[in-house]
Amino acid sequence: MTLHKHTLTELKALLDGGKVSARELTDTFLARIESLDGELNSFVTVTTEQARLEADAADAARSKGEAGLLNGLPIAHKDIFCTDGVRTSCGSRMLDNFISPYDATVVKKMRAAGAIMLGKTNMDEFAMGSSNETSFYGPVKNPWDLSRVPGGSSGGSAAAVAARLAPAATGTDTGGSIRQPAALTGITGLKPTYGTVSRWGMIAFASSLDQAGPMAQSAADCALMLQTMVGHDVKDSTSLDRTADDYLADLDKPLAGLTVGLPEEFFPASLDGRIAELTRETARELERQGAKVVSVSLPSVKLSVPAYYVIAPAEASSNLSRFDGVRYGYRCQDPVDLMDLYKRSRSEGFGDEVQRRILVGTYALSHGYYDAYYLRAQKVRRLISDDFARAFEKADVILGPTSPEVAFQLGAKKDDPVTMYMADVFTIAVNLAGLPALSMPGGAIDGLPVGVQLIGNYFREGQILNVAHRYQQATDWHRQAPAFGGDK
Amino acid sequence: MSAWETVIGLEIHVQLATKTKIFSSASTAVGAEPNSHASLVDLAMPGTLPVLNREAVNMAVKFGLAVGAEINRHSAFERKNYFYPDLPKGYQTTQLAEPIVGAGSVELILDDGSRKTVRIHHAHLEEDAGKSLHEDFHGMTGIDLNRAGTPLIEVVTEPDMRSAEEAVAFARALHSLVTAIGICDGEMSQGSLRFDVNVSVRRKGEEKLGTRTETKNLNSFRFMEMAIKKEVERQIDILEDGGSITQETRLFNGDTGVSRSMRSKEDANDYRYFPCPDLLPVMLSEEQIIELKNSLPELPAQRLGRFAQQYSLSDYDARILSSDLATSDYFEAVAELSGDAKLAANWIMGELTARLNAEEKSISECPMSAPDLAELIARLKDNTISSKIAKQVFEACWNGEGSPDQVIEARGLKQVSDSGELQKMVNKIIAENATQAEAYRAADEAKRKKMFGFFVGQAMKASQGKANPQQINELLMKALNS
Repeated sequence: MTLHKHTLTELKALLDGGKVSARELTDTFLARIESLDGELNSFVTVTTEQARLEADAADAARSKGEAGLLNGLPIAHKDIFCTDGVRTSCGSRMLDNFISPYDATVVKKMRAAGAIMLGKTNMDEFAMGSSNETSFYGPVKNPWDLSRVPGGSSGGSAAAVAARLAPAATGTDTGGSIRQPAALTGITGLKPTYGTVSRWGMIAFASSLDQAGPMAQSAADCALMLQTMVGHDVKDSTSLDRTADDYLADLDKPLAGLTVGLPEEFFPASLDGRIAELTRETARELERQGAKVVSVSLPSVKLSVPAYYVIAPAEASSNLSRFDGVRYGYRCQDPVDLMDLYKRSRSEGFGDEVQRRILVGTYALSHGYYDAYYLRAQKVRRLISDDFARAFEKADVILGPTSPEVAFQLGAKKDDPVTMYMADVFTIAVNLAGLPALSMPGGAIDGLPVGVQLIGNYFREGQILNVAHRYQQATDWHRQAPAFGGDK
Repeated sequence: MSAWETVIGLEIHVQLATKTKIFSSASTAVGAEPNSHASLVDLAMPGTLPVLNREAVNMAVKFGLAVGAEINRHSAFERKNYFYPDLPKGYQTTQLAEPIVGAGSVELILDDGSRKTVRIHHAHLEEDAGKSLHEDFHGMTGIDLNRAGTPLIEVVTEPDMRSAEEAVAFARALHSLVTAIGICDGEMSQGSLRFDVNVSVRRKGEEKLGTRTETKNLNSFRFMEMAIKKEVERQIDILEDGGSITQETRLFNGDTGVSRSMRSKEDANDYRYFPCPDLLPVMLSEEQIIELKNSLPELPAQRLGRFAQQYSLSDYDARILSSDLATSDYFEAVAELSGDAKLAANWIMGELTARLNAEEKSISECPMSAPDLAELIARLKDNTISSKIAKQVFEACWNGEGSPDQVIEARGLKQVSDSGELQKMVNKIIAENATQAEAYRAADEAKRKKMFGFFVGQAMKASQGKANPQQINELLMKALNS
């Protein structure tokens, strides 16, 4: 059986055509997780029994003619999404014992569309990290090379999809947490426009930047997932109330007339020449399909890393205050008084990177520093949005590298957070501006995938999915799978 | 005369009378089992998000309009970060830089009849915290989050009050205002209105404000007055002894009348305010504001003016009767049904208030309905009963013997006005008291006046008080002078 090699779109066709049952498909992936995830560590929780029940229910619904868009398709959820009755850890000791009493809107929508939840994927603790090494459950390995990181923070979702342990997974992206791991594992991942996907039930890291999105083998798969994930949610005040787009309808639209902008700032002299060349080659492929390539400039993007590492920790320092050992989650042993309860529960419950960011954020918001850090960072944010607005006057989509490097060795940057932060340079500006962007495989260096990033204007998810899909029709980078689990 | 001047500013937390909480759909009802009105949002479960209750916004705007304040078309929520077990998110969602209500004012009439304006600095929307319960758990603290997320407006005044009495007059005026416009149930004992008082003293003539202290969470007018007076004394004592005042937050125990320091300024938290990224700014259109303005009922101050004019009441009467909505409504009903506002005012402020006070009842619990009191007044006016009898009837109605007409009928209290019957009675009295009548006729004018009362008394006794006093007077006068 090679069912697991299929894309989500192909599996949907098999299910719709009655060639395979949801139960069969679910059992296939559960078996792969069972036999292969020991090495990868991409799942924190596998919901075997629940998945089988859901698969049987999906088959029953289909036989009654009640199949939703994702009926019978197994997927995995990043462990940042609350799942009713299932542990939701956020990769942290703090929530190791937390069984969520409710479903996140994304989880609910996927379930309602008939998707089967295989389990919850590993992640950097509270989504803070770019290597999946900060998880309480240990690092996730990159299926392309088990000595390397899969990227983060949605590293578990990325590794699981790349290793074909799940055909698709959900992720969240605050500063690149969908796109960077997608790039480092050779899959396609999309961060939608801020406000497109509800944040209800998605454990907050930095509320003004967090956005959920799909991670899968192809742009078409992402479109299929996204179609179900989006929509206005009265439970999220920042969720946008607008008429639904049809992401699947325009996938095949020819690229003639499209203008692709290459930002000078995304090709600095310091960038690995091979990554720059593969990105330019992607542009040439789009040109061959009729697109026009122009140069654009995003001068303020260079300020995005410092701005981000003020705003995101500031919001996080407040968002993570609720984890105090009082109502749920980790509580220290035998606290002597209230202060002791707070201090030890939080010191023992949070890992180093989370504590580092809480400290940075607390500092940035404190009296006397607020104007110099937080307010200034918000001004930079405005400048970055303005840069993009100007660039989108010249180009329909913006193309650049996703990450300045391929997957690096486990532990290589563990004690050097600033170097780790600097590598987020190409992804972060998009979050600060709230724009949609995707990463897709655009080549390989020494057998390791290289990601290429497409950034769209607000609400143009459909357009960047269309461009990515056309690219994937002409290339096969996205079809390449790691030689993991004896697949090659 | 004291050499010191007291300066007082207030911060008032007003619980808004919305059905549900400010950021969740949980009920705001009080008295339920602990934590039974705490939703996922109120418990600060991971991944939950706030959604603003528009009704709370409307109520805040109504307050602003009622104090003539500027309504900010754009206001924003911020997070005030601090750790406390009854603050589940680790921050309070409140407004700081951009409050919904800007500067306004409240006009007071003080007991001596003088007028005073207290300026409102601003009022902002925020959520209440839960409650920590220390009593029932030995060595532990219980947390009840039913109150967490109850909408509040915090009203901040300028330091415009100069005595405890002025501060209490303001507090009463504010209470009457927020209940009149229906944004607060006014139940002080439940904490629906809580006062923080900022007190400082300075030497008379000094312009610079003295160092102030803040006494928190006073929930009765009496405690507030006590706390201010004690604090003023304490500060003056310290200063006169050559000491200085520490800027601090104090707690006042109403039962012992003693206050103590809670925390000094140095211990104050750095709240690390920043705009709440989970909530959009609150935008208000001109139309929404006009609509809310039109929905406002008559305000206490407007009512006071109208009462004085429409019913020709004295300033004092108008102030008492317009002080709260229940009393106002009762008065207006009685005045209209009886057709005599002056008598209605006298009865309500006299007999009725005395009985209510004696039985510790509020006017809404009054056993005498407004139509009944109006009927009683009407009988008095049409001479069916005398004012003496009226008090009997009132008593009987209060005790549930029926309407005034029923009581008059059942007890046979109708005034005797039949002139034939009265003439007979007069003849009989003069015949039976011939000696006195003789003496009366022989007396001079001055003495006669004194003696006349005797005959009136005999007539009232004979009629059991039911004789029409005016007619009896005339008939007696005629008979004795003839």
